[in-house]
Parts: sequence; structure tokens; C-alpha cells
Amino acid sequence: MELPPKVKNILLLDSEGKRIAAKYYSGDWPTNTAKEAFEKAVFSKTQKTNARTEVEVTALENNIIVYKFVQDLHFFVTGGEEENELILASVLQGLFDAVNLLLRGNADKREALDNLDLIFLCFDEIIDGGIVLETDANVIAEKAGINSIDPNAPLSEQTISQALATAREHLTRSLMK
Amino acid sequence: MAQPYAKKDDDHDDELEYSPFMGIEKGAVLQEARVFNDAQVDPRRCSQVITKLLYLLNQGESFTKVEATEVFFSVTKLFQSKDTGLRRMVYLIIKELSPSSDEVIIVTSSLMKDMNSKIDMYRANAIRVLCRIIDGTLLTQIERYLKQAIVDKNPVVSSAALVSGLHLLKTNPEIVKRWSNEVQEGIQSRSALVQFHALALLHQIRQNDRLAVSKLVGSLTRGSVRSPLAQCLLIRYTSQVIRDMSNHGQSGERPFYEFLESCLRHKAEMVILEAARAITELDGVTSRELTPAITVLQLFLSSPRPVLRFAAVRTLNKVAMTHPMAVTNCNIDMESLISDQNRSIATLAITTLLKTGNESSVERLMKQITNFMSDIADEFKIVVVEAIRSLCVKFPLKYRSLMTFLSNILREEGGFEYKRAIVDSIVTIIRDIPDAKESGLLHLCEFIEDCEFTYLSTQILHFLGIEGPNTSDPSKYIRYIYNRVHLENATVRAAAVSTLAKFGFMVESLKPRITILLKRCIYDSDDEVRDRATLFLSVLGGDGTVDTDKDSTEFLFGSLEVPLVNMETSLKNYDPSEEAFDINSVPREVKSQPLAEKKAQGKKPTGLGAPPAAPASGFDGYERLLSSIPEFAAFGKLFKSSSPVELTEAETEYAVNVVKHIFDNHVVFQYNCTNTIPEQLLERVNVIVDASEAEEFSELTSKALNSLPYDSPGQAFVAFEKPAGVPAVGKFSNTLTFVVKEVDPSTGEAEDDGVEDEYQLEDLEVVAADYMVKVSVSNFRNAWESMNEEDEHVDEYGLGQRESLGEAIKAVIDLLGMQPCEGTETVPSNARSHTCLLSGVYIGNVKVLVRAQFGMDSSKEIAMKLAVRAEDVSVAEAIHEIVANG
Repeated sequence: MELPPKVKNILLLDSEGKRIAAKYYSGDWPTNTAKEAFEKAVFSKTQKTNARTEVEVTALENNIIVYKFVQDLHFFVTGGEEENELILASVLQGLFDAVNLLLRGNADKREALDNLDLIFLCFDEIIDGGIVLETDANVIAEKAGINSIDPNAPLSEQTISQALATAREHLTRSLMK
Repeated sequence: MAQPYAKKDDDHDDELEYSPFMGIEKGAVLQEARVFNDAQVDPRRCSQVITKLLYLLNQGESFTKVEATEVFFSVTKLFQSKDTGLRRMVYLIIKELSPSSDEVIIVTSSLMKDMNSKIDMYRANAIRVLCRIIDGTLLTQIERYLKQAIVDKNPVVSSAALVSGLHLLKTNPEIVKRWSNEVQEGIQSRSALVQFHALALLHQIRQNDRLAVSKLVGSLTRGSVRSPLAQCLLIRYTSQVIRDMSNHGQSGERPFYEFLESCLRHKAEMVILEAARAITELDGVTSRELTPAITVLQLFLSSPRPVLRFAAVRTLNKVAMTHPMAVTNCNIDMESLISDQNRSIATLAITTLLKTGNESSVERLMKQITNFMSDIADEFKIVVVEAIRSLCVKFPLKYRSLMTFLSNILREEGGFEYKRAIVDSIVTIIRDIPDAKESGLLHLCEFIEDCEFTYLSTQILHFLGIEGPNTSDPSKYIRYIYNRVHLENATVRAAAVSTLAKFGFMVESLKPRITILLKRCIYDSDDEVRDRATLFLSVLGGDGTVDTDKDSTEFLFGSLEVPLVNMETSLKNYDPSEEAFDINSVPREVKSQPLAEKKAQGKKPTGLGAPPAAPASGFDGYERLLSSIPEFAAFGKLFKSSSPVELTEAETEYAVNVVKHIFDNHVVFQYNCTNTIPEQLLERVNVIVDASEAEEFSELTSKALNSLPYDSPGQAFVAFEKPAGVPAVGKFSNTLTFVVKEVDPSTGEAEDDGVEDEYQLEDLEVVAADYMVKVSVSNFRNAWESMNEEDEHVDEYGLGQRESLGEAIKAVIDLLGMQPCEGTETVPSNARSHTCLLSGVYIGNVKVLVRAQFGMDSSKEIAMKLAVRAEDVSVAEAIHEIVANG
């Protein structure tokens, strides 16, 4: 019954432990309450640690959790206690770098919420139903990034009005910063 | 430090201003989702709305069936748009909405079109979405495309199809199994991930075919696998093959060990770790085999990456349990990890060191740990305390430094669980190491001088009362105990009074002084404290005739042998007007129910259609029920009630189960019947029992059930007489007889005329285990030694071939119906031998203890050595007879 490496969940929490995005692939947490309780436990166990340069790791409730933080974003990947933590770490690193690429280097909560669609797509490209789909950050970012409002995207696919809308939004965003 | 604060405030403001999801509300978003239906699709707008929907779902919001269906239908319209970004979001939301099978039809054609699109991204994603929502019949239609996709030259498409295959294998194995040729081709792929996914799928397809798996592993270990992930998988499969082969009696050189060892030199660290772990987990691994694995793990210990250090120390920690000597080489590296930033790593390092440490290093280690303890959380501290306890048991000579350490940390700040772990450890050490007793007791005394936990204070006082009087100078504890009477709350005061009394009773010279102290307590403000003081004063005042002495000893030191819950219910039921309360009338059956419930709750959703509770279940319920029936009231005290045994298959017209009630002279069968047909009313329901295969039983009386309406359970009873105190066994066949009356479903009224009918039930057996009550003992060794050694009966049995030791142990426990003690019913994996401790009370109130040693040889033949001690020799023989016949 040896199974391929399994990821139980991917979490992206903010600096107060609130969920920005989360995806669960295991039935261990059947309700949203159970999920939130787990997230709270994970967050409080790790918040005082410094996981900004290297991927850190801990064990909680028979799970292995690897994590890494940047700004006010806290990334977590959970696997079972028998799991190879280096595989989990490679998933986390892939996710972390891909999000950084997609958010063009200023990964923080605001940017993440503004581009939540990219984050969701990123999750979708890394893990499929608990199975590792891809761990190379460049590939993940490339696949998820199709949707980004990329000025280099072929203009033929945008109508003039859409192009204008895009430009307008870019302008307002830069003004608001 | 100032900066982060300022930043936090900034963030907060930003959030209020900028979060695109501020004040988002489901109703409004669902309203917005109407844009999906616009004739001219605006991809940007639609993408945003889908993101909002996904955000809501992600935050735990749920859509009603109607809402989900509505969103799903409007989303399907978006397939018209050619915008790739939007299409990507459409795929995502469809997966999240997980539409029902009749809804899936709507999107199949669109998705199938995408599956054959020229755009790779469409193909890959359409496959993943379709496979997620599809059912078996549709799958056969698209099977052809999926097979093609597996061998597609684009790795993303190929991976998508393979991973989908892995998921589909669970629901439609017969279809996926037909793809093995294509999957085989995938293994040769140049793409690392395709290779990984193909290997995973191919193994899953063949997992039940040992030979095929072995061949697969054999061919791949010769080195065609490139991807590290696939290599990790291959290592897992290899260790499985090794396990299977050794289970099938192939001995000699361990096959594939060389492959595992070669993986230790792989360039990817995850492969090295996987291989090292596989080697350490080999069955009966030799130290020569272990050495190379330990060496690479040792290198990991000094890696700058925390994950590597954690992985290595975690593995070594496990190895240390079975092969402590193999790990000692790493001790120096491990010691430097005690100061590791990551506390999980530090704790693992310490507990490993405690397992591998030799006697001479204990003191140095304790010094290091002392510094470390102050800055870790309680949960880590508890792990350390437990490791120290086992270390102390291992090196009794070192108790002094370990005890000092424990008493020091006992004085520091800490929560209840942590303090309790320390107190438990000290108590264990005192019990196991006689030399440690006096100093240990004094540490505990000091602790209760300033202890904020009532529970711990009372436990320690109780323990003092038992151990204190036997020390060389009992009087020195009195001061600590009497201080409690002045300073603590009523619960602790009462416990202190009891403890004082024990000293007074056991130590003759202290008696007068204790009497004076107790006299002061009769003016206490609390009833219980006053009562106890008065009671003990009169016990101590007695003139030491032999008889009262014995009673008092029993009273002061005897343990209550009945479970407290049962005691409580019995006392509640006790009617003061009748005769005095008899403690022997309290049932001793331990209820194991709560544990099972806890387990069940863990995974399954609760609440939905939970079956209504049976009117009377549990020992107390049965006892009340039976004593309320005049026919059975004279049978005396109920000895045991079995758990219900089903006599019908699930979902039959009439559901019947039976509970066997055992009395000294009688057996009563309680048939719980349920009528599951709404259009019927059953009357005069009776069970005809044929006891021709149960010679020692003779039917005495039966009690029919007058009426059994739809869905409201009722009980019929049949009582048998049997020889007194004898564990008679036999087989009974049962037939349900009744009168059926039709019920008009609209009015609910039954017709007047009924038809007689009968219904065959399954047979029922009374077995030896029915005469055994599960009773746990708190300290098996003490109980075992208190029984006469000469009455011990030992014999050996061969149990034949079994799947595992655990299975054999379970079979023996079930056969004897006894209570496993001290968690010995669980067998560590890979164990070749195991000792299981059982206790119970046999009919006639005879206490029985069993020590069963199991051993398994390489061909899974299991042998058992069974030692039985009982208060009555004939019972010990009877137990052996049960096993011999079972």
C-alpha cells in the first residue's frame, strides 16, 4: 500500500494567522471549523520562529509542516508524519518562489489579495488532489501567469475598451501606492 | 523593534482601504455572477467575479444546492469566450463547485472539445477537470483520448492524464488498468515529472500482483530513472518488495540492498534521505547495513538547512529506539543541536541523546538540558521529562542527578500537564528505585508547599500516605502534611487529614501526636474535613484488637475495586429505606464504550441520522430492566451482559439482535426486535428457541412482546436454567413467531384480522467468554505477584499461520473476553514477539490474570506461551481449556 508522496494541505496565512488562501487535500479536517483550528495551531506554533531565509519545519498532531515567511505572508505545506520532509520542502519552495515571481518580487498580503486569482491558479498547478504536479517555480509561474494582465500579452486578444480599462486600472493603482 | 510595529499599523490601514474583498457578501457576489449570462462576455469582469466566488468558497462559505447549480450553469456559458485567462478560471470554479452527474453533461462536450484543442494548456486542464467530475459511463467515452494524452509529446498534458489516472483508479479501476501499455511508455519519458507520475500509476495498477511489482522494481533499479521524485518512489517500492520477499521465507543476502545503498550517493538530498530511511526501517536490519545510512544522516545533522537537520535527527531518533549503539557516533553532532534555533530539532536531539547516552554522559547531558529547558514550550518539556524518566529506569545508579534535575524543574514555572508529567516521573522513579524514595518524597513534599494545582496536591498526599510511613523517619513528613490543613482549600485539607491518619495508623510511635493533630481538624469549616477527622479519630482510638485492625487496614489502604462510575450509579439507585448498601452489588464491568465513540467521531460527520438510542443498554440499564421483570427478579445478581449480537442481516424486514445476560444459575436472552415495514403491525411477538445443541440448558420461561409497531423497537425474553456457577456453553437456534396485521398507511390504523407467520433467525451461541467480565487492574505486576505462584498454570500453544502478531493477539483476547492491561494489546510494527497482559473476573467472582507471550517465526507461524494465575486453581485450568478448544 505504499503511495506516492501526499500533500495534505497548502496554507497561505497573513501575519495575524488569518487565511488568505488554503487548499486541503485530505479528509483529516472535515469542517471549516476544524480547518480554522488547525490553521490557528500551526500559526501559533510557528509565528515566533524566523523562517525568512530558510524553509523551517515542525511536527504537529502527527503531521509534518514545512513553512517559510516573506513580509506578512506565511506559507505552509503539510504532510503526514511518514512523509519525506525534503519532498514537502521542495513543494513549498516551488510555491514560494512561484508566488514571488507572479507578484513580481513584492510579495505581501496586499499584493497577494489583489492577485488572488494567480494564487489560486498557482495552488492548482502545484498539487492535484494531494499529488505533486510540478515543483519548478518557473514552470508553475509560467502556467499560472497566463491570466495576469501582462502588457506583453498579444493585444489582438484584447478589445480596445479592455485595453483602456487595463491601462486605467494600472494608472489608478500606481496613484494609490 | 519600533519598525515592525509601525509597519503593522500601516498594513492595517492598507487593508481597510485596499483589500478587494472588504465587506464582500455572498448574496451580492451571486448577483454579480449574472454577468456570465451577458450576450457580450467581458472576460476581465467575469474573471474578477469568479475570483470572488473562489474567495468565498476558500474562506469556508458554502453555497446551497440551488446557488451552486445556478452558478454552475451560468459559468458554462463562459466557454464561448476565447480568453485563455478566463478559461483557466472557469476550469478552477468548475472543480470547486463539483457539479452532480446530471449537471456534468452540460460541460462534457465543451471540455472534450478543449481536450482536443491545439492549445496545450487547454488540453491539460480540460483533462484534469473532466476526470475530476466524470463518472464511469462517460469515462469509457473519453478513454481513447486519455490514452492518447498519456503519450502526448507535451509533458504537461501527459502528466495531467497520468495524475487523473491515479485519481480515477480509486473509482474505476477496471478502466484505468487497460492503460498500462501507455503508462509503461510514460516511464521512459524524458520529462522528470512524467516519469514520476507514470511510475506512481503503473505501480498502483499492479500493486496486487507481487511478481509484476518485483519485476518492475528489478528493471528500474538498474538505473533508467532520472527524476528525484520518481527515484524516491522507486525506493519506497523497493523496500516493499524487500519486505514481501523476507515474509515469504527467502533468506540469505538481502536483495536490492545494494540499490538502496547506491541511492545514498544520489545527488538529490531527498533521494538520499528516502534511501537512508528505507535502510533504517528494514526488518531486522544489521549494524553493517545501517552504518552507511547513519553516516549520511550524520552529515545532514550539520547542514545549514533546518529541514535536513530535522529529517536526520527525526530518523536517528527512531533508530535509537531499536539500535541505540548505532547512533552513538552522532552524539557530538547531536549535542550541538541542543542549541538549535528550531526548537523541534533541539527537542528531538535531546530525546535521542537521552536514548543513546551512556551512564557516564548523563551528568554532562543534564547540565546542557537545564539551560535549554528555560526557553522551550511546555509541550517540548513534557517530551523531555518523559525521556528522562525512561533514562532513569535504564540507569538506576544515576537517579541522583536525574532526581535533582526533576526537582529543579518542578520548582520552575509551568502548566498543569507539564507539572503532572514531572510528578508522574518522580513517582515512577520512587516506585522503581528504592534508594530514591526518601529524597523523592521530600521533593514532592516541598512541591506541595507551593502547588497551585489541587489535583496534584491530593495525588501527592495520597502517595505520601502510602509510601511515607515505611520510611526510616516518617515524622519528618508530618509537618508538610499538616501545613496543608492550615493553608489549602477544602479538597486538599481532606486529603491531608486522610494521609495523617495513615501515618498514625502505621507508625505506632506517632499515634498520640497524630491524634492531637486530628483533634484540631474537627473544628474545620468544611463538612468533609470534619467528617474525615472524626472518623479517623475513632479508627485510631480503637484498642487494636486483631479484628478491627484488619478492617481498618482494609479501610485505609484497600483500593476501591469497582469502577467509580458504576459505584456512583449504584449509590444513586440505592433506596435508604431498605437494607444497608452492599458494595459487592456494584457491577465491576468496565465500560469500553467511550473510547470507541471517540474514535468514530474523529472522521465521520456527526448528527445526520444518528440512530435513536436503545431504550436500555449498558450494564446498569440492563440490570434495571431485568430486575423490573418479575419472572427474572429472583435470578439474583446479574453477572454479565454481552454486547448485542445481530441475528438478522442488515436491511431485512425485521431486525433482531440479542443480548446474553448471564446469572449464576440462569441465562436470559434479550431479543431486541425492530419492525421495518411501515404497512405492518406485529403482535404477540415471541422467539422459539431450540436448545437441542445446548444440553446443559433447560428452558424455564419466556416473555413475549405484545405489540411491535413500525420503527419502535421492543424486547422479547427467553430464560434458561443452567447448572450453578458452571460456564456451560451451547448453540441455540431461533425462530421469530408473530401475528401480522396490515396497517392502512393513510390513517395508521391496523386491520382487525391478522395472519400468523414466522421468520427464521440466525443461530446464537453461548461461549466461554460470556462468563468472563473485563476488569482492569491498575498495576498488573503487583496484582500478578499478589497471586499464589504455585497455582500458576503454564502451557504452550501453536496458533498456526496468521497475518500478524496483532491479529493473533486480538483473536486470543476475543476468545477469552478479558481486559487487556497497560496497553499491551497493541503490538509495535515489525515486532517478532510480544507479551500481552490480560485481567478479568470469571463466573463465581474469581479474579483471573493472564500473561500471554507470543512469538512469530519467519513463516508467520505463531506460538503462544500462556501463564494463568487465578484465585481458584480450577478456573486457571478452565482458561487453558478454553484456549485449547478455541
